[in-house]
Amino acid sequence: MRVDLLADPVDGVDEVLAVIAGADRALAGGLSRPQAAQAAGLVALAEAVVASPLGAEVAEAAEKAAAGAAGEEHFVSLATARIALFGAVHDAVLARIEQATGRGRADSGVVLPSGGGQAENLLLAARSWLADLARAGWRGIDHDLVSGAEPVISALLPEPRLRRLAALLDGFAAELAASCPGSALERIPMRRWGDLWSRALLLTLPGATGTATGTVTGRLLPLGVDLHEHATAAQAQVHAVFEPADGGVPRLVRASVSAPKPDTNIGAGIWQLLRPHLSLLAAVSEGRSMDLTDMPITAEGDLVWADEHAKPGEPADPFVTARVVLPTASAFPTAPLDRHPARIAVPVFLEGYSAGQGGEIFTVAGQSVAVDTDRVPVAGPLTPEAVAGSNACIGLVRWDAGVFRVQPLAVETTVRKKTVALHAGAWAGGAVDKAGVKAEKAATDAATVLRERAGRLLRK
Amino acid sequence: MSDWESASTARVLAPARPRKLAKVPFVELADGRLQGVVSSGSDIERVYVSSVAAGTYEFACSTNNNRPCGGARGSFCNHIFALITEAVLQYGVERVARYLRVDAADLDAQAVHSLMLGERPAQADSAAAAQVFSRFLRHLAYVELPATTAVLPELQWFPPTRVVV
Repeated sequence: MRVDLLADPVDGVDEVLAVIAGADRALAGGLSRPQAAQAAGLVALAEAVVASPLGAEVAEAAEKAAAGAAGEEHFVSLATARIALFGAVHDAVLARIEQATGRGRADSGVVLPSGGGQAENLLLAARSWLADLARAGWRGIDHDLVSGAEPVISALLPEPRLRRLAALLDGFAAELAASCPGSALERIPMRRWGDLWSRALLLTLPGATGTATGTVTGRLLPLGVDLHEHATAAQAQVHAVFEPADGGVPRLVRASVSAPKPDTNIGAGIWQLLRPHLSLLAAVSEGRSMDLTDMPITAEGDLVWADEHAKPGEPADPFVTARVVLPTASAFPTAPLDRHPARIAVPVFLEGYSAGQGGEIFTVAGQSVAVDTDRVPVAGPLTPEAVAGSNACIGLVRWDAGVFRVQPLAVETTVRKKTVALHAGAWAGGAVDKAGVKAEKAATDAATVLRERAGRLLRK
Repeated sequence: MSDWESASTARVLAPARPRKLAKVPFVELADGRLQGVVSSGSDIERVYVSSVAAGTYEFACSTNNNRPCGGARGSFCNHIFALITEAVLQYGVERVARYLRVDAADLDAQAVHSLMLGERPAQADSAAAAQVFSRFLRHLAYVELPATTAVLPELQWFPPTRVVV
């Protein structure tokens, strides 16, 4: 791992981000009547993709939008251009990380989603709300506009096939609702809301979420658990190395489980919610490998977990996996629509560093890299203090706002001359330590109340 | 642009803080009100739907069967006090006070309650109750939505945070 390569800016990225920032300022002001400076931002966006197959379409969209005359199809084109530019940023950032880790991507071609097909009414309803949002702009949002998303989200959520869009819109709309009225906002998360808006719009296109899957058989060695959550959804993502039974090259894979949740289900309650649907979480807590037989997998290395294709295997220490197998593993390529730097999470192993600034920085051979301890879930034994006192770390390299950061998944510390491992996801499959048991108890009580109330009141 | 403005994973909302749900299963800052549902102490089938409006502090409290709450004649009832207390636990006093437009940033739930009461707020009609109750049912419906093991790449934009805002 060459930490020094993560210290320098990635060439060309600043220029692309400047173009995106211009488009985002136009979105903040709203596209119903953009001012000259905002219109210029849209034109610059179109110029940035002029040589691509999107060129003509985006130029027309920018022209219409600049005149305040854009329709839904034009908004889709602008969103597509923004996502395409981030695709280029993704590739540049990932190439730098691959240089730093010395790890390559296996060259299996990604199968493109087929696209096309009939747009469902629900997707059209979502698109229509997103178009209204773009016309109003972030400074123009109010409660009436934002609450317009609610019936759409309620209708999308029960359908697992449409869950990507549903979970995204749900989290996005909650942020917008808490930020109303937009005219009173002191600051706006421009990049973020631009990302969420453009991505949601693209997900309303029929076929956008279709993924081709194959199957794999072999041994799965977990590295650690990454958690994602907003008020009403959570996802646990296990990063692991997969060793094919046929003796092929080990691969970096992920297994995920997600569910919508009430906003009061937090902390250990999230593990309780997700645990029954992914037997791998128990294996992680027990420090075991799992043996997979014909497990479905997408072309970008996401296992589509089904418990019947997995059984518990031998004990496997993630730090042994990180030291011995991780360096030999290769990654899957990213699906075209997922090429965005926020999606980058590359497993790495670091040791021989000194941790400074309360665990916010690791310094290796005079070179420093930022450490993102804020992403470590609250419901687990890993803490920023433990990171600050650690001497080895399994982490995910991420990139945001121009900076590379390592998100710790697990660390080794020395307690009374003995090495102790602390894992962020140690409670995922069930907590056994005292603090964990207490957290589980509180979460069980909260879940019991909500289930009782739901059982009594929902079907009246 | 600041780092926050130019971050894809900028944190906009703090997660709810832990609290016991038995007495007040649902509380939210929405529709220009602090609103929620308070379980009846005597009848397990009954809940009270309570709300206080931001700015005017106009209040309302009635049962889910639309019977007026006996305690909320002319002044805040105990259900509304419980609602304020639990909202402060869940969101922190600053966010509750800011939303209700009460100047009580460094105070507690009791102070938010007293300051609003000191303005002698009017009693609202029970028009909002049906809407609040249906939002509670929507909230409860999340308990029963199915999980999926198909990856949701979009949730990469929603990292957890340890920072209590």
